[in-house]
Amino acid sequence: MSTVREVLERRDYATIGNIIDPKSRVLDLGCGDGALLAWLKDNKDCDARGVEIDRALVQKAIARGASVYQGDMAQSLSDYPDSAFDYVILSQTLQQVANPVTILREMLRVGRRMVVGFPNFGHWAVRLSLLTTGHAPSTSLFPFKWYESPNIHVLTVLDFEALCAAEKWTVEHRIFLAGSSRVSAMPNLRAEVAVFVVRK
Amino acid sequence: MIANAQMVETQIERFAALPLDCGSVLTPVDIAFETYGELNANRSNAILITHAFSGDAHAAGIHRVSGRPGWWDNMIGPGKAFDTDRYCVICSNILGGCAGTTGPSSIDPATGQPFAMTFPVITVPDIVRLQKMLIDRIGISRLLAVAGGSMGGMQALEWSVAYPEMVAAVIPIATTHRHSAQQIAFNEVGRQAIMADPDWDRGSYYLQRPPARGLAVARMVGHITYMSDSSMKEKFGRRLNGREALTREAAGFDFSAEFEVESYLRYRGSQFVDRFDANSYLYITKAMDYFDLSYGRGSLPAALERAEARFLLVSFSSDWLYPPYQSEEIVRALRSRNRDVAYCELSSQYGHDAFLLEVEEQTELVRGFLNSTYQRVTR
Repeated sequence: MSTVREVLERRDYATIGNIIDPKSRVLDLGCGDGALLAWLKDNKDCDARGVEIDRALVQKAIARGASVYQGDMAQSLSDYPDSAFDYVILSQTLQQVANPVTILREMLRVGRRMVVGFPNFGHWAVRLSLLTTGHAPSTSLFPFKWYESPNIHVLTVLDFEALCAAEKWTVEHRIFLAGSSRVSAMPNLRAEVAVFVVRK
Repeated sequence: MIANAQMVETQIERFAALPLDCGSVLTPVDIAFETYGELNANRSNAILITHAFSGDAHAAGIHRVSGRPGWWDNMIGPGKAFDTDRYCVICSNILGGCAGTTGPSSIDPATGQPFAMTFPVITVPDIVRLQKMLIDRIGISRLLAVAGGSMGGMQALEWSVAYPEMVAAVIPIATTHRHSAQQIAFNEVGRQAIMADPDWDRGSYYLQRPPARGLAVARMVGHITYMSDSSMKEKFGRRLNGREALTREAAGFDFSAEFEVESYLRYRGSQFVDRFDANSYLYITKAMDYFDLSYGRGSLPAALERAEARFLLVSFSSDWLYPPYQSEEIVRALRSRNRDVAYCELSSQYGHDAFLLEVEEQTELVRGFLNSTYQRVTR
């Protein structure tokens, strides 16, 4: 798993947990070792399920009691009936999937709402890195060399807002974080991580 | 005292009648079973283990009579995956078998002779129906789990849709919702090997010699399908019995068992003859071939829509007899009906045998899954 996800997933838990209503039906895409699922089950009494492609992580997740299956995110989504879940979560992997818009549309078919968290490529440190070095940005959020990076579809807060507008999706919540603190003003410049709650 | 704690014995329950899918009714019918661990006060901690093709009721512990350990003793016991300190584990011999439960080698009360080929053709739902009668008689209204590998997985699946209200969780391992042409083909080779043995004598060999050669060949084919190319390479390679290389002086240039793999298969084949009935082989493999979870239920997703249980499916990467894609078909059907399913394809080189050998990783999965299921049930 990438460093970005390791760092940011922890930061997301409390945030995502505060958004999700108790006893909800939740699907976590790319759920890793099931830590978020376990948190949702223990703290929110959710019917929480997950998909993960990495065998070792699936084993860990099942061993901790989570209903996780090994599989491809896109294919798993396509199997589910409409509105099977209250929330479908995509935490810190949107920038790593091959067809992000297809995935997002499917998330809103399968779930009544989607929760999408991603690292903000518009953050000032990213911009500064490119401006001052002339190399593909290298920051604590995006630490990879261009040829090693799992991030194939990097995006900014503005990019995501524009996509929601184009798709006529309603953004219910926006949460912007820098470190462990909330950001309100100028999120596209100051937020390291953005979490959006979106419905059709 | 510690040794005694794990000593187990097989019990028999008798039922007056068992109606079968083929229309016949078996009267009466016996079922052999063993139990490990204690039922709790509200009887919510019972787990039924369903055995594979050639298994029996002796799944765990040391048998008081034979002194042998159970066939899944590495998974069932105090502190193990199916933890008998917490759960009450039950395992019964399947209908049609030859280890205490009524089968073709049992005496037909109408004639006083073994049934042989007059035994009615049975199905996996028949096998499960008899297990359900046993569970009812023990007084368990809802099982915490039904778990089994290979043909045992078929029974677990059948439980989940035939008696959905009676199962909180099912664990089908290295199994399928129906046999492919390849799986039926291997079973047919085994059946034909038995039937081609003159000693089979249309199944009525019980007072004479059993069709030992045919049954041994059938088992040899079976063992090949349980292993994998790489596990056979590792276990035998091209190694020879008692010599380094094939030379003109040393080699027999005959058809004795020169390769280790040949003598291994012959040994396993002849060993099997001592403990298994050839007619049971015919009836049980037929039941496996007939099995189709969707039969009479529309489709696989429609069948699984009946299920109320949580599912944990496990497959093994090198299992070419019950390949992972067959488990994935079940997982996808469960998803299409939004059922609660966990699934993992474990990495193993042992082929289909992995479900009996890959103890550590299965233990991790089963323990976590059972634990969270038990928490839900008892909450």
